[in-house]
Amino acid sequence: MRGADAKSGLRRGSARNGVHHWLALHRVSSFALLPLSAWFACSLLALRGFDYAAVVAWLSSPWQAVLACLFVATSAWHSKMGIQVVIEDYVHGHGTKLLAMYVSQFVHVLVAMGGLFAVLKIAFGAH
Amino acid sequence: MPARPLSPHLSVYRFAYTMSLSILHRATGIALSAGLLMLVCWLMAAAAGPETHASVTSALSHGPFQVVLAAWLVSFVYHLGAGIRHICWDFGYGFEKHQARASARWLVVLVALVATGLLYLFFCPTGVRP
Repeated sequence: MRGADAKSGLRRGSARNGVHHWLALHRVSSFALLPLSAWFACSLLALRGFDYAAVVAWLSSPWQAVLACLFVATSAWHSKMGIQVVIEDYVHGHGTKLLAMYVSQFVHVLVAMGGLFAVLKIAFGAH
Repeated sequence: MPARPLSPHLSVYRFAYTMSLSILHRATGIALSAGLLMLVCWLMAAAAGPETHASVTSALSHGPFQVVLAAWLVSFVYHLGAGIRHICWDFGYGFEKHQARASARWLVVLVALVATGLLYLFFCPTGVRP
């Protein structure tokens, strides 16, 4: 570990491999979302109105529940990466930027956990 | 502020219509983030039980929310289409100016067609209304 680099890296972000690594993860999530979001749109269309019984019947099928979990998790991840880029670009000032990043991360974790829990609760609760 | 260059220094460029597509990709992405939050709230309502689900769904069936849902649908189609264009660029295809302009036109036409079709399927026959 080079001390000078580690120290200067504290406030400036990585100018090396880190950025590419994170960008790659954003791209991977966008790949995954191509089929997942197409499946999700088709599933919503197949629901024919969003009544309770139809939603429960849909998510009580194991594979549908798994795909729904993947869709929620991947979307939350993709959204988190996207919002992070937006914050980096438009929110100025170190403190405000850091705060915005933290709020975004917390909200995204909440969204991911909420979505996963809801899908699993419906999936396990339906008989 | 990071010392490295950050992307949108929009004011220094002469405006080209392809830029508005890029800005729209961002805007629809932000809209879809809000949409994901709403989707999870809806799933949570379904997980909470039939009564909560019914109240949320009936709230969503009102005029203003229907407009928002329609906007999310169009945003989804646009962001998906523009995202495919971005993936092609990541692999090095379509970077030439004439190619980028052609794909921009295709994007607008295809998004308009697909979005219109999906809007019809979602809102017209049975409607999103419960």
